[in-house]
Amino acid sequence: MRLARGGQIDRGQRIAFRFDGHRYEGFAGDTLASALLANDIRLVGRSFKYHRPRGILTAGSEEPNALVTLGQGAAQEPNLRATTLELAEGLAARSQNAWPSLGLDLLAINDLAAPFLSAGFYYKTFMWPRALWEKLYEPLIRRAAGLGALSGRANADRYARAFAHCDVLVIGAGPAGLMAALTAARAGADVILCDEDLRTGGRLNAEALELDGQPGADWAAGVTKDLAAMPNVRVMTRTTVTGAYDQGTYGALERASPAEAARPGAAQETFWNIVARRAILAAGALERPVAFRDNDRPGVMMAGAVRAYVNRWAVTPGQAVTVFGNNDDAHRTAADLLAAGVHVTALIDSRPDATTALDVPFYKGAQVCAAHGRKRLEAVSIATTSGIDKLRTDCLAMSGGWNPTVHLTCHMNGRPMWNPALASFTPTPGAIPGLTAAGACNGTMSTHGCLTEGARVAAEVLVDLGFKPADTTIPQAEDAPYRITPLWTVPGKGRAWLDFQNDVTVKDIKQAAQENFRSVEHMKRYTTQGMATDQGKNSNVAALAVLADATGRGIPETGTTTFRPPYAPVTIAAMGAGGQGAGFAPQRFTTSHRASIAAGAPMIEAGLWYRPSYFPKPGETTWRQSCDREVMMVRNAVGICDVSTLGKIDIKGPGAAQLLDFVYTNTFSTLPVGRVRYGLMLREDGHVMDDGTTARLGPDHFLMTTTTAAAGQVMRHLDFVHQGLRPDLDVSICSVTEHWAQCAVAGPKSRDLLNAILDAPIDDATFPFMACGPVMVQGVAGRLFRISFSGEQAYEIAVPARYGESLFKLLVGLAETMGGGAYGLEALNVLRIEKGFITHAEIHGRTTAFDIGMERMMSAKKDFIGKAAAARPGLVDPDREQLVGLKPVGAVKQLTAGAHLFDRAAEATRENDQGYVTSVGFSPTLDTFLGLAFLKQGRARHGEVVRMVDHLRGIEALCEVCDPVFFDKDGGRARG
Amino acid sequence: MRITCPICGERDRREFYYQGDAVALRRPDPDDTPEDWDAYLHLRDNPAGVTRDLWYHEMGCGAWLVVTRNTVTHEVLGAVLASDAARGAA
Amino acid sequence: MRFSGLRVLAEGLTGNRGWTPHWRDPAPKADYDMIIIGGGGHGLSTAYYLAREHGLTNIAVLEKGYLGSGNIGRNTTIVRANYFLPGNSEFYSHSLKLWEGLEADLNYNVMHSQRGLINLFHSDGQRDAFARRGNAMINQGDDAVLLDRDGVRKLLPYLDFDNTRFPIYGGLLHPRGGTARHDAVAWGYARGADRRGVDLIQNCEVTGIDIENGAVKGVQTTRGAIRATKVGIVVAGRSGQVAAMAGMRLPIESHVLQAFVTEGLKPVIDHVISFGMGHFYISQSDKGGLVFGGDLDFYASYASRGNLPMVEHVMEAGMTLMPMIGKARVLRSWGGIMDMTPDGSPIIDKTPIDGLYLNCGWCYGGFKAVPGSGFSFAHLMATDTHHAPAARFRLDRFRTGRGLMDEEGTGSQHNLH
Repeated sequence: MRLARGGQIDRGQRIAFRFDGHRYEGFAGDTLASALLANDIRLVGRSFKYHRPRGILTAGSEEPNALVTLGQGAAQEPNLRATTLELAEGLAARSQNAWPSLGLDLLAINDLAAPFLSAGFYYKTFMWPRALWEKLYEPLIRRAAGLGALSGRANADRYARAFAHCDVLVIGAGPAGLMAALTAARAGADVILCDEDLRTGGRLNAEALELDGQPGADWAAGVTKDLAAMPNVRVMTRTTVTGAYDQGTYGALERASPAEAARPGAAQETFWNIVARRAILAAGALERPVAFRDNDRPGVMMAGAVRAYVNRWAVTPGQAVTVFGNNDDAHRTAADLLAAGVHVTALIDSRPDATTALDVPFYKGAQVCAAHGRKRLEAVSIATTSGIDKLRTDCLAMSGGWNPTVHLTCHMNGRPMWNPALASFTPTPGAIPGLTAAGACNGTMSTHGCLTEGARVAAEVLVDLGFKPADTTIPQAEDAPYRITPLWTVPGKGRAWLDFQNDVTVKDIKQAAQENFRSVEHMKRYTTQGMATDQGKNSNVAALAVLADATGRGIPETGTTTFRPPYAPVTIAAMGAGGQGAGFAPQRFTTSHRASIAAGAPMIEAGLWYRPSYFPKPGETTWRQSCDREVMMVRNAVGICDVSTLGKIDIKGPGAAQLLDFVYTNTFSTLPVGRVRYGLMLREDGHVMDDGTTARLGPDHFLMTTTTAAAGQVMRHLDFVHQGLRPDLDVSICSVTEHWAQCAVAGPKSRDLLNAILDAPIDDATFPFMACGPVMVQGVAGRLFRISFSGEQAYEIAVPARYGESLFKLLVGLAETMGGGAYGLEALNVLRIEKGFITHAEIHGRTTAFDIGMERMMSAKKDFIGKAAAARPGLVDPDREQLVGLKPVGAVKQLTAGAHLFDRAAEATRENDQGYVTSVGFSPTLDTFLGLAFLKQGRARHGEVVRMVDHLRGIEALCEVCDPVFFDKDGGRARG
Repeated sequence: MRITCPICGERDRREFYYQGDAVALRRPDPDDTPEDWDAYLHLRDNPAGVTRDLWYHEMGCGAWLVVTRNTVTHEVLGAVLASDAARGAA
Repeated sequence: MRFSGLRVLAEGLTGNRGWTPHWRDPAPKADYDMIIIGGGGHGLSTAYYLAREHGLTNIAVLEKGYLGSGNIGRNTTIVRANYFLPGNSEFYSHSLKLWEGLEADLNYNVMHSQRGLINLFHSDGQRDAFARRGNAMINQGDDAVLLDRDGVRKLLPYLDFDNTRFPIYGGLLHPRGGTARHDAVAWGYARGADRRGVDLIQNCEVTGIDIENGAVKGVQTTRGAIRATKVGIVVAGRSGQVAAMAGMRLPIESHVLQAFVTEGLKPVIDHVISFGMGHFYISQSDKGGLVFGGDLDFYASYASRGNLPMVEHVMEAGMTLMPMIGKARVLRSWGGIMDMTPDGSPIIDKTPIDGLYLNCGWCYGGFKAVPGSGFSFAHLMATDTHHAPAARFRLDRFRTGRGLMDEEGTGSQHNLH
């Protein structure tokens, strides 16, 4: 019910919203929770396991009960806390985990079956018959479990990622955080102040406290205004610091305000990486419940939350409120309620020596032992020294004390310390390097104490950072001592809830102990206590106390479970912002990309690059027709292929030749200037890393090419070998992959074509096979390499990348006049298979030079990377699988890559496996399928017929094993 | 995690490629025993505590670094150029 | 006590007061036939199979923390047998068969759910590589189905087939792949071993290994010296430290692997999905949380926690593959410490010290291996001969180069597997 006056709400601005289809009204400044309470809605959700009716418990992000779903279609968002949802016009929330309705939930029958659903029951049953697990039991369990639902549709909203750096990050903008930020800001430090609430002030917004004679919330607003006006301060409200990471890195989630979020294209949430030289944790404390029979009934709430609803939102959660606690702080609740004109049924304090000056029925040394009512609280039973009293009440404000919000201090495996005076855990200093706790999260409970500690800690941090802190005046504020006598559970019959959402009761913890799940981690995992969406924020300490009691240990010896990031749940979309669609990885385009698209070529991924698959001509209806034509075009005329994606590494200096001799198995120091050589590169473990050609452009100048896939790896490798192993060599290494556009010009008419565009023509004598040198291409300085990956007479011509598109168009245009044209990756692949040239389909990281028949390329005269390891017996075992060619000889003519090879008569089993097919293609040149394969002792088996079996595609073929070079074995075409 | 590159200054972990133990700088001679090569390529002290490992400032200056670091706390104690370390080891 | 639906009913009717401890808490004896160092999944299953298969029960499992406190409780719960290299093929195939009988065997519901695992591929080359793998799986006697794009769409309609950075060409379906409830596996084995007489000793850290004349004599622990002539080291994440107590250096580097779980959601993902291009894999637990993970953080670490670059990379991979999970909230992240080997495959072998045995190097594939690993290691410890399906997991393979099992093809750099 809304109170007549007060609160930080704008009564002039009414906001209509819906909950489960019904229309209600609230005010600007409300949360969904405060607005629901203002409309006297008590039942807001159902629990996870027993589907118990549940109401609002808290006023913060730790809320375990009031989880709702917002939005329709792709915008549907489950598991939002009503307690932190800002009310906005048209907001339509739906309850979750209830069918057919929140009021009548059929699965509430689980509550009646609760005796059979105790801790870990599922480990003991559903085992027979085995086949029913996937068919029946598991689907039933899955359907009953879960909270809200995803829409199943792709996210259509924008999320963002951001980075920030600061001197001091202040986490939490309550009294301690505000004083810390103010102190740091005035000293000139760069400050970021984060608070998860939509406004700063923390508990000052929820309490009826005064600072320097003005309401606490007003003081907070004033300080915040001052801070926001300073250029060295960034105040980030609606921002939860979610995790502490190494070297002062913090994750933080910023939520857009409803108004901001509604703007088209606005980021709904932004995930921040904040790098702070120092951090001050001023995260406050969370109140904890007391476990008693049926303490989960709607209307049983945290006392601090009740004060927040009364003071901040001018809402009373009940008309006759009972207050129950074990500490002085609880008494404030009764005082605030009375001040707001709300009827207080009773104030119950479990401490026998408690006193009060308030004019309310007062029970000391008494405990609430049961709640009555089902969908809303109707009465409570009070155990006093003289017996049980029953009081009619519609709201119980309970306080079992406060737990400092130590979570972030545990993100690096630090454990908090038990503080018996507070009956709670406090942070272990130094648990996060560079982070200091101040205020309630550090166990300092009075407002004055928080203000003072915030300023003091900031001053210490500033001195460390080399700033001079100015003197700070601490405002006048209450400094009441915090006195508490622990009360975890109230003895009695029935079930008393610890973990509300997961339905873990005191009995469950005791049963876990009885079954010897005595370690706190065992208890947690067995009962699921602390594994709900609040991650135990409401239940951990009490559950620990119950376990300690059940196992006859103290709380410190029992230990704690670990708090891990994130502090509060974060959407995948926010942390993965930018990844959706094409944003996941960079896209690399060659300079001929547009021309290829214009020619109708389907582009396919080659690592991060895009390359044309084939260039369809009118009348061609399948890729094979295009591919066959392109292959024949290269064999008979001339083809053009953009090969710029291959890695190009420029290597210069007096030590360049020596470095190449060390990284390649073969020798490059003997390579004459103006010549190119094929090189094989091993990893230090003796397996093939990559292959490619390297050209000697000058005495101390080489240009290495790598495969597209291994370009980065090879660059890294060269830098490592140079810097880490041969720093004595005077050599510079630089990737120039993107500086040069390079095209293959391949086919018998390739020289004719080139001579049509080169400023000075070439011939076989001046430019023989494996020659290289500078050329002028219509006035542009380029490079020409006579190398061939097709087996034809071929060249690769390179020009600076800015001329790449022109070059490609020029070459293709000319080629087309000569009966040729562009060819794509499919044709390139067939051409190289016909020649038995390898790619990473063959050098897949497990092959040796020996396997691919290149053991002769391993120089005996010098050391090189991989030489020693390549000599290991296992790497030269004659029984290894060796590269062979395959030609179909049986009725089935199709070969498939990924098929395995067997002896003709052998069964296709692992034991009989003889090898596998790596690459296949249809050769229009030879009019047959060809395959490359690895076969045990393959080089000795040329001529043998083996059986290829592809179970997956249902293909079996007989193949003849042969040399992997199928076409032009002596290489005359490339030379001629 | 942040590492101070001797050339570029303090940078985010995203800029670096990690290889492994800095033992990789102490390459055996070609005719050392298979055991020596096995130790170099495969065996690791793998300390739970301070270690020296190799990082490559791939998205930065291209320098290989030897970083002294704690594997339990992730504290970064320092970084030097691998080329300097290699010269020292030679 | 035998567990059954009937027992749950009977106990429910009598206030659940009759449940007895899952295992005892015995004090360590001075002398055992065998000691297993490490009370994680592999250590507990080793003890169980020593008792069940070999009748050996005078055995202690020494655990420095609580049972199952290592990676058995810190993984993404995936169970599969989709390897393709000899050695791995037969081992994981055997392990999967043990999984399939595990509930009946242990009388414990580990919720092994064979919901099907799909490895996606994004190019012709990847399809061929997965075809090789799938054919190897069938050669081994396991199951595999090659799905084209439409086949994947039928099973996983919520993937982004139109805008994703790496278009989906198809997938390799492993119908018998799935998940299990990780903690329950540890508890089931622990209970099974305990019932057969094995002493499970928690909070007992081994501080030294006693070796005389090249033979093991026992161990020193925080709870005193314990004698045994056979000792097995099964301490993934700490293998190097424990082996060092016996003067050994291992081919292992420890790395942190992060994983994540979201808040509970109604059923939305019914399979295990693996997106190799993004190093991302995901399933949904029976409780409703999306459980997913990615690649290593890549730097050597014992911290069992990671950093944001990999966190964000994993989330980005999820968003490009299945943008419908965007509004699910990550509830918790954690890190496990992985024993990374130079070929990405494990070690189950004797050591040069008589009576000292080693089981380690599971990289990040240890969970599914728990039954097979325990079975084979028990065989080795009991009989001093290698169990055939694990016979290739030799410690000396790196030195000799024989029988390397580098499924990723990335070579001897530990963190690349």
